[in-house]
Amino acid sequence: MNSSTFRIDGELTIYRAAELAAAMKTALAGVADGGALALDLSEVAEMDCAGVQLLLAARRSATESGRSLRLAGRSAAVDEVLAILQLTGHFGDAVAEAH
Amino acid sequence: MASDINLDQVLQTFIVEARELLEDMEAALLRVADEADPRESINAIFRAAHTIKGSSGLFGLDAIVAFTHVAESVLDRVRDGAVTLDEGLVALLLACGDYIGRMVDAVERGEPQVDPHADPEGAALLARLQVHLETHEAPAAVTTAAPAAAEGGPARWHLSLRFGPDVLRNGMDPLSFIRYLATLGEIEHLVTIPDAVPALDALDPEGCCLGFEIAFVTTVDKAAIENVFEFVIDDCSLRIVPPGSQVARYIELIQSLPEGPSRLGEILVRCGSVTAYELETALRVQADSAPARKIGAILAEQGTVAPQVVEAALVKQKQGKDTRGSENQSVRVDADKLDRLINLVGELIIATAGANLVAKRTRNLELMERNSTLADLVEEVRDSALQLRMVKIGATFNRFKRVVHDVARELGKDIELAVSGEDTELDKTVVEKIGDPLMHLVRNAMDHGIDSPERRAERGKPATGTVSLNAFHDSGSIVIQVSDDGGGLDRERILAKGLERGLVEPGRTMTDAEVYALIFEPGFSTAEQITNLSGRGVGMDVVRRNIEALRGNVSIASEPGRGTTVTVRLPLTLAIINGFQVGVGKSVFVVPMDMVDECIEFSAETGQDYTGLRGQVLPFIRLRDLFDVPGRPAARQNIVVVKHAGQKFGLVVDALMGEAQAVIKPLSRMFVQVRGISGSSILGSGDVALILDVPVLMQQAQEARGAAAHAAS
Repeated sequence: MNSSTFRIDGELTIYRAAELAAAMKTALAGVADGGALALDLSEVAEMDCAGVQLLLAARRSATESGRSLRLAGRSAAVDEVLAILQLTGHFGDAVAEAH
Repeated sequence: MASDINLDQVLQTFIVEARELLEDMEAALLRVADEADPRESINAIFRAAHTIKGSSGLFGLDAIVAFTHVAESVLDRVRDGAVTLDEGLVALLLACGDYIGRMVDAVERGEPQVDPHADPEGAALLARLQVHLETHEAPAAVTTAAPAAAEGGPARWHLSLRFGPDVLRNGMDPLSFIRYLATLGEIEHLVTIPDAVPALDALDPEGCCLGFEIAFVTTVDKAAIENVFEFVIDDCSLRIVPPGSQVARYIELIQSLPEGPSRLGEILVRCGSVTAYELETALRVQADSAPARKIGAILAEQGTVAPQVVEAALVKQKQGKDTRGSENQSVRVDADKLDRLINLVGELIIATAGANLVAKRTRNLELMERNSTLADLVEEVRDSALQLRMVKIGATFNRFKRVVHDVARELGKDIELAVSGEDTELDKTVVEKIGDPLMHLVRNAMDHGIDSPERRAERGKPATGTVSLNAFHDSGSIVIQVSDDGGGLDRERILAKGLERGLVEPGRTMTDAEVYALIFEPGFSTAEQITNLSGRGVGMDVVRRNIEALRGNVSIASEPGRGTTVTVRLPLTLAIINGFQVGVGKSVFVVPMDMVDECIEFSAETGQDYTGLRGQVLPFIRLRDLFDVPGRPAARQNIVVVKHAGQKFGLVVDALMGEAQAVIKPLSRMFVQVRGISGSSILGSGDVALILDVPVLMQQAQEARGAAAHAAS
């Protein structure tokens, strides 16, 4: 399969932003051209704007390199933030795909 | 969790700022009565309350918001002239400030919030505030309500937010501002602008490049909306389009934002702030009709919304600049870190002395030279390190304005505080410990010093009594004076009381200073009426003990009918002194250098405790006898003449060893009872030297002499 899953646990915040950015880059690089990376956020306990920004950046990276990014799972914390920022639709399609 | 620490840090900033604002508020409240035009001060009070409310809301501190809101409403009415800021209201607002301060303290201690309505004290204050809101109920409803709401009903605003790169790094999360905004109204639409977010490779994961376009329906006014973002206003660009604005306003917005017009136009349409048709028409009209002039006009109008909005923006901007200015000039450092630095400098001084000693022993000239350069540098490092801990005494003095205000009311006296020498600096550790003794002295001056208004009139003095605080530096010490222009001390009454209490032996002649000093004796109080402030017979002796614990001393001067001045003399620092080392037998003692006057050769007949110094009698103490140092006195002994508080006496020692810096190490508890020693110090050789407590030794010398004189008479 040309799809792999990258799972983020715990915090998706400024404190781990640098570390997660690097990890996501590696994960994306591991996906074949035209493939999709599924981000599993079902175990994310906390997310802030740095986290949101990271997701947006990852999606842009994926798109620019001809890959795609989907959210394969979202915790309540992630849902809440996406709802406030009205980004649910932004990543929502991917979730629909995942189901 | 890590984010708790993050919140803690920001909360800490809030706590510090809230306290500063409360201090500002207090200062303004205290000066308002004396001002011909108090509008500036009233505005300052209002702003302080308003900002505290705003930032408390940001942290969800609803109890503080609820309480401050009521105080702010009263202040708003004061500002409008609907309520006069009389003495009673000032006192009430001061009490409210204290109450808010205690709520902030509770936040700092991590205690749960207490609803002020449920707390007896809070409820009482709120009830008293309420009185000022109710007096003119009808106009109040119009004037205190938010201006925007006066038009009635919620209105639709458009907010355009672009956060700066440092927001996240500064511990702020744009999300929390949006969450807070949502509590003031309804976020109808929000579009997150991801345009500035680059791909992962180019992303600074800790920098912020997000923007938001928000359609916000609320009843609050523009200032309230701006307030939500007060904490990040320096780090974000906020553009607010008021309700009912012309499409041109949106065009203006579009032009001022980095994303292209079509992209933004689309977003605005998505927000529902403008319709696609309106926008299109407006853009076309603008393109058609002399665009150069029009854009120029728009640019000129940029930021010029309603006059009150401009004013608010300017004030904000000025505040922002002010805080930034002072931030550039000073850095907040943990006191612990400073203490550690000073400890290390102390160790450095000891180590340098050790190296010096070895260098001297090896007689290596080059090494000695290098060492002396090193020692000079270390000395400079010491001075600069100590300087870091120096703070101006002004802040401490200013706290007394409030004390004087409150106590004067309590006593029914009209008293003002005159402050001078606020810029005098002293060690932070000393400042912290001097507050209580000074408080006591000030209260005492007001209670016992300043006479009643009738008495003052009799004596032809102005009705308003004055308590003055003054500070200045004097040869390695800081001198703080608390004076009053009251009746002065009653020498006879003090003496009588001294006799009654058995503090003075009958028939002994005493100088004025000696008599006045009696009031610092334990259990001494001459107040005929016991007030709830002082006169309980505790206090002045505690004051003296506290001051002596700081290696300081206190003296008192008084002129009958004219007033009393209490002079407190304290060392500038508690950590390091320039010392003069003297040897007795194998022991080394250190005399604080600033007290050493001169050294003379010892010449006195055995048995006598005094010698002649240029025709004057110089009493002395034999350190050998005082501290029971074993061994026979050296063939040639010396006298170190020390001077303190204008008096001289001698210390008989075996050897003069010269000047050296002494890092003061406190004595262990075991030696607390030892009189005449104020601390210890470690010599370069590793030996311990004791630091002499000159004021205490002088007292002993005088007592001994007094007793001898008394026995002889």
